[in-house]
Amino acid sequence: MSFLIDSSIMITSQILFFGFGWLFFMRQLFKDYEVRQYVVQVIFSVTFAFSCTMFELIIFEILGVLNSSSRYFHWKMNLCVILLILVFMVPFYIGYFIVSNIRLLHKQRLLFSCLLWLTFMYFFWKLGDPFPILSPKHGILSIEQLISRVGVIGVTLMALLSGFGAVNCPYTYMSYFLRNVTDTDILALERRLLQTMDMIISKKKRMAMTRRTMFQKGEVHNKPSGFWGMIKSVTTSAPGSENLTLIQQEVDALEELSRQLFLETTDLYATKERIEYSKTFKGKYFNFLGYFFSIYCVWKIFMATINIVFDRVGKTDPVTRGIEITVNYLGIQFDVKFWSQHISFILVGIIIVTSIRGLLITLTKGMYFVSSVLLIRMSMPLEYRTIITEVLGELQFNFYHRWFDVIFLVSALSSILFLYLAHKQAPEKHMAP
Amino acid sequence: MASLDRVKVLVLGDSGVGKSSLVHLLCQNQVLGNPSWTVGCSVDVRVHDYKEGTPEEKTYYIELWDVGGSVGSASSVKSTRAVFYNSVNGIILVHDLTNKKSSQNLYRWSLEALNRDLVPTGVLVTNGDYDREQFADNQIPLLVIGTKLDQIHETKRHEVLTRTAFLAEDFNAEEINLVIEKRYFLRDGNQIPGFPDRKRFGGGTLKSLHYD
Repeated sequence: MSFLIDSSIMITSQILFFGFGWLFFMRQLFKDYEVRQYVVQVIFSVTFAFSCTMFELIIFEILGVLNSSSRYFHWKMNLCVILLILVFMVPFYIGYFIVSNIRLLHKQRLLFSCLLWLTFMYFFWKLGDPFPILSPKHGILSIEQLISRVGVIGVTLMALLSGFGAVNCPYTYMSYFLRNVTDTDILALERRLLQTMDMIISKKKRMAMTRRTMFQKGEVHNKPSGFWGMIKSVTTSAPGSENLTLIQQEVDALEELSRQLFLETTDLYATKERIEYSKTFKGKYFNFLGYFFSIYCVWKIFMATINIVFDRVGKTDPVTRGIEITVNYLGIQFDVKFWSQHISFILVGIIIVTSIRGLLITLTKGMYFVSSVLLIRMSMPLEYRTIITEVLGELQFNFYHRWFDVIFLVSALSSILFLYLAHKQAPEKHMAP
Repeated sequence: MASLDRVKVLVLGDSGVGKSSLVHLLCQNQVLGNPSWTVGCSVDVRVHDYKEGTPEEKTYYIELWDVGGSVGSASSVKSTRAVFYNSVNGIILVHDLTNKKSSQNLYRWSLEALNRDLVPTGVLVTNGDYDREQFADNQIPLLVIGTKLDQIHETKRHEVLTRTAFLAEDFNAEEINLVIEKRYFLRDGNQIPGFPDRKRFGGGTLKSLHYD
């Protein structure tokens, strides 16, 4: 009886999530475009719904809501469905849409998308070989195999993104990095842009007039078509057309220049707005947050390095450690264990929710969710790890932590390098007198 | 060459509706083989004989300024785009007949372009709201062009065309629905329906096409 009640609760929440995902898709992601293929929207909403129910189940697990056996059942079912969608449907549809965009293969779309999907599966399977995830206890086509592979890809992606985010976030929020842009700079750049446009126009006018006079004189100027046409045009080219190609080259160069100027002007406007924004209260508040966040990011990078160098695996999460230290320092009677669970859990939730928003805009949502489940396990105190371990089998969790640290470090360092180069390059261009 | 008068015409519309193809077709009399995204603004020039055949014949250069981007762009992009809207003689609004949103966005496009030119009278326009009054005293001729007519199934064409007719009325603009054939065969520029209309519009200084 209770099983039915639980199931109905789960199903209603799933439908709710489905509707939410649908709306989000329509309002946010595709605000300015029209969606013609409704299949995409449906798949997106379904994946979103199932992923959210997975998180819901974790929450229920911690809070102890619902019957434990029904939870277990739903958990397994959810996982199966998500993996099914992730490994079978999504790659197939991606391949299908890619193939249908290529004109040559338009006729045999289905065949080619199946081929593409099979290649994908092959590489997907091959991915598992260099990593220590094959355990002799379970068979080949078990859930554990699929999860481990998805997990590897997902953890890599997540580490890449967090590495980049850890560096980019303070860079964006802190006003220390903002270059000083004045109105005169912008005006000067705009003038240059308009001058370039005028030069392009005058050259094009000459070309148009030349073509017109040539046409009127009866010389038909055709672009060399085909092999023989090209050979013919080499030997017998009218002086008018030679002139034209010269001017055309100049025009191409000028157009490239105009594009560059346009982009630079946009950049300057954006920087100017950011400067103005940073003078408001909201801006100052975010600036302050930015400092804190940057300290946190630096600390994370530091910890990742230490983990790798000293070959240590993270057992306790930073929040618990932090609270322990604070409590010991302040000497307050505090039930550390009780609060730390909840706080760390909430923090993890916040991190994931804010990253969800960023990631809903990319395609790798499904893998992200599975791998974040794996990583949540690290943040949750030992008691709660049991059920997840039970369901997901004996995956080598330590491996994942190590892998995450490595990729995180690599990504953070490379994004630091990249941002430094970009920052250095820009001021030299438009601060010239 | 430069002694001929210049006529500056903006070509506005959402991404991917076919502005660059249209401009290329008008100026080069050829179909654009490989359209790619327009960054910033690309200009093309057409030499046009206004009132051809009559004693008042005059040759003009028509500059078609094809501005890239979307209506929902960041305000920094919009500010940069505003540089191109100076001293405009005419505006062509392009929308995709297969995509309703591009037609709706035309209101916002026209507001963006026209507000730049209006002398500030202290009346602030609310964001995106459409008001026919604003177009009433507009001196700049507008032309609405719908593209990709061939991609609409035969049965739906009537409904689509009535919708676009209303759209054109709202703007007090002239309307042309076009097929810009890209894939299957080359179209000679003169065969496009409405080309004679184009010639009528193209000449002239600030000749208003209002139906008042």
